[in-house]
Amino acid sequence: MKITLNNTPEELEGNELTVQQLLDLKKYSFKMIIVKINGQVVRRPDFDKTLIRDGDDVVIFHLVSGG
Amino acid sequence: MPSFNIIKRRLSSKKVGIAGSGGLGSNCAVALARVGVGHLVITDFDKVEESNLNRQYYFYDQIGMQKVDALEVNLLRINPLLQITKYDVKLTPSNIPEIFADCDVVVEAFDQASQKQMLIETILLHYPEKFLVAASGLAGWGGNEKIIQNTFGNFYICGDLETEVSDDLPPLAPRVGVVSNMQANIVLEILLGKIL
Repeated sequence: MKITLNNTPEELEGNELTVQQLLDLKKYSFKMIIVKINGQVVRRPDFDKTLIRDGDDVVIFHLVSGG
Repeated sequence: MPSFNIIKRRLSSKKVGIAGSGGLGSNCAVALARVGVGHLVITDFDKVEESNLNRQYYFYDQIGMQKVDALEVNLLRINPLLQITKYDVKLTPSNIPEIFADCDVVVEAFDQASQKQMLIETILLHYPEKFLVAASGLAGWGGNEKIIQNTFGNFYICGDLETEVSDDLPPLAPRVGVVSNMQANIVLEILLGKIL
């Protein structure tokens, strides 16, 4: 399937995967992560049950302390 | 190009919310006050401490004051016409939606990553259409070329996205100043439109 990840086109195997599977695949291991799918925020308790499908616009970034 | 007076007039009807009045928030607020944003919502529950003075827009004789009170004094010294709404409270998922309800833009200016996440998630959940300008990665010094802006629709994040504050990597005035002024610069671009 084809998705957009952080404004960049990405081709991934399969028809769908969960947010957690995508995080594992992309090796995002940071504790504080923001995930948006098609403009909607997805929170950590939903990472295992929220599916990413073909055509989705996904934003993932991590936050570090300092300010 | 519009003259500064026209820019100021356009900004005078705008309201910007700033979540946190530490290194990012105090410096971003000062930049926005200088250019003439009409109304700022400032928040913080903390007092000014001596250790803040390495980067935050406070003065030695303000140590011990509530940050929102000291920031109000400093902002009004720059722009006496500025409208300020201050909240001397800890921001939580239950009070954030009301405090920033009618802001044109919200600036995330917290220190702790967990707090940043809480604020960003709360705003994105309640106001998915609202402009939100966050910061991540500004500890230490140098590395100007690493400091960037990421844009995802109406959500912006600036910083180097990697340097985390630690004992060896404190937040310091130059980098915190760069990132907080980048945030203010994004706010202007949102309010006035792109020119570049």
